[in-house]
Amino acid sequence: MTLDRVREIVYEGLWHNNQALVALLGLCPLLAVTNNAINGLGLGLATLAVLLVSNVLVSLIRDFVPREVRIPIFIGVIATAVTIIEMLMAAYLHELHLLLGIFIPLIVTNCVILGRAEAFASKNPVWAAALDGLAMGLGFLIILVILGGMRELLAQGTLFDQAWLMFGETARDWTLYLIHLDEGLLLAALPPGAFLGLGLLVALKNWIELKKQSKHQPLPLTPNHEPEKA
Amino acid sequence: MNPWPPHSAPFMHTNTSVTQVMLRVQIASILPLVVHIYFFGWGIAVQWILAMLTGLVVEYAMLHLRGRPVKPFLLDGSAVITVTGLTFCIPPESPWWLIVLGVSFALIFGKHLYGGLGFNPFNPAMLGYAFLLVSFPAEMTQWTLPSAVSGHTLSMTESLIKIFTGHLPASIMDQVTGATPLDHVKTGLTQGIGVPETLNNAQTIWHGVAGHGWIQVNLAFMLGGLYLLWTRTIRWQYPVGFLGALGLMAAIFHAIDPNQYPPVLFHLLSGGTMLAAFFIITDPVTASTTPLGRLIYAAGIGVLVYIIRTWGGYPDGIAFAVLLMNIFVPLIDQYTQPRVKGHPR
Repeated sequence: MTLDRVREIVYEGLWHNNQALVALLGLCPLLAVTNNAINGLGLGLATLAVLLVSNVLVSLIRDFVPREVRIPIFIGVIATAVTIIEMLMAAYLHELHLLLGIFIPLIVTNCVILGRAEAFASKNPVWAAALDGLAMGLGFLIILVILGGMRELLAQGTLFDQAWLMFGETARDWTLYLIHLDEGLLLAALPPGAFLGLGLLVALKNWIELKKQSKHQPLPLTPNHEPEKA
Repeated sequence: MNPWPPHSAPFMHTNTSVTQVMLRVQIASILPLVVHIYFFGWGIAVQWILAMLTGLVVEYAMLHLRGRPVKPFLLDGSAVITVTGLTFCIPPESPWWLIVLGVSFALIFGKHLYGGLGFNPFNPAMLGYAFLLVSFPAEMTQWTLPSAVSGHTLSMTESLIKIFTGHLPASIMDQVTGATPLDHVKTGLTQGIGVPETLNNAQTIWHGVAGHGWIQVNLAFMLGGLYLLWTRTIRWQYPVGFLGALGLMAAIFHAIDPNQYPPVLFHLLSGGTMLAAFFIITDPVTASTTPLGRLIYAAGIGVLVYIIRTWGGYPDGIAFAVLLMNIFVPLIDQYTQPRVKGHPR
């Protein structure tokens, strides 16, 4: 376990290979539940936990799994992890569980989980797989919360509304009223708002990358219609 | 002015620039604008100026951000067409921020994010309209009645007060806003009132044909459109395909049950039919480009408009119909390529 390797895995998960912004995986839950920041946080944490558990389990059994049937076995492992998380949420975060509904069991089909099991955990030692699950899950979670926050702010003018669903009764007054809106931008709360918001986040990420790259050589800004070189 | 000469021969030169085309469309929309002002009051003129200012600012900012030369693109007039098209679609007395948001969305998300004029797959004006309708349904359905119907002519000051502050005495607002004829027919049907009975409502429906004011505005759009056809600015396939398909659908269903489905003329002269036929679906960027493709594209919009008007949740469905058919344009173009002379079929 070297520090460079740790740094690489974390950088991959949070930024360079961010599952939501670069791999564009797990879009179904990403787009469906991010109508406010707390929903995003709830599903993000659930996904993170599943990813961590499944990565560790897959890495542990990686030497005993026959290559030909690895996918069904991985799915079985992931489904087990999801079932555990779902039952825990139903017991301890019941209201949030009701709100997220079908999207918790659907984590089984979230491509991020299987993708990391196949691409990383089945080829790496346990510690690296655990770290990868943590980093990838965190990268996914951050985007869920940012997208949820963006949409909530535009649609309601608030942030962290309904925080009590996760943090209990004390969180009832955690809602931040940032903008007073007579009527919010309804579109932001509707499905198109999720697509537009995610598109803008992806564009922002690419723009930052482009800025970093072209620090020393500015992009040519020619008025012709040749495709811009990225 | 053509900064990008074609790469290789042979190309036919039509000798019309983007600016010229846009200018002709603008000239053709003067008459409908005047007629609209005559029947519905000054609201639309105020909205139009607001929209133009917003369009200029947004266009300048986006061109600057994208590192494009500002002057040729700003002066080609394409934004002006988007802005004018959208202005005709929103209620004349809606609050000022509505048109500002709509124009900004149309130009930024509908045009510049796709790479500017010529690269946008969706009609920017209709995208802006759909954005507004989905986001602000209450504001977008509060239509001003023609002054002859409401019995109150909104003065320019009253329009300005309503648009910029929203504080117009409720007594006046109740009087001057109301349902459009398309709304009337729809709500009438849900209450069990047949179409002929609604059409005989002499107060709102003009000579039992279609909405008072709406007919005249639609006819003005048609005249403007004929000018565009005459100058060969737009292709005949668009209006013919669209109006033909919409009329045919209306004729078939009206023949089946005249009590349930309004007659052909009502559909052709209501809502935004003529605006769409000559000014919206003719957008050369987002429409199909082959002769047969244009007919299919326009007819598809006509059928969809009828379906949305008759069985959909919204009273008029032009924006959604246009956007839906925009999606199919690459497919239509792919399968309607004309045969090149000398090549086998």
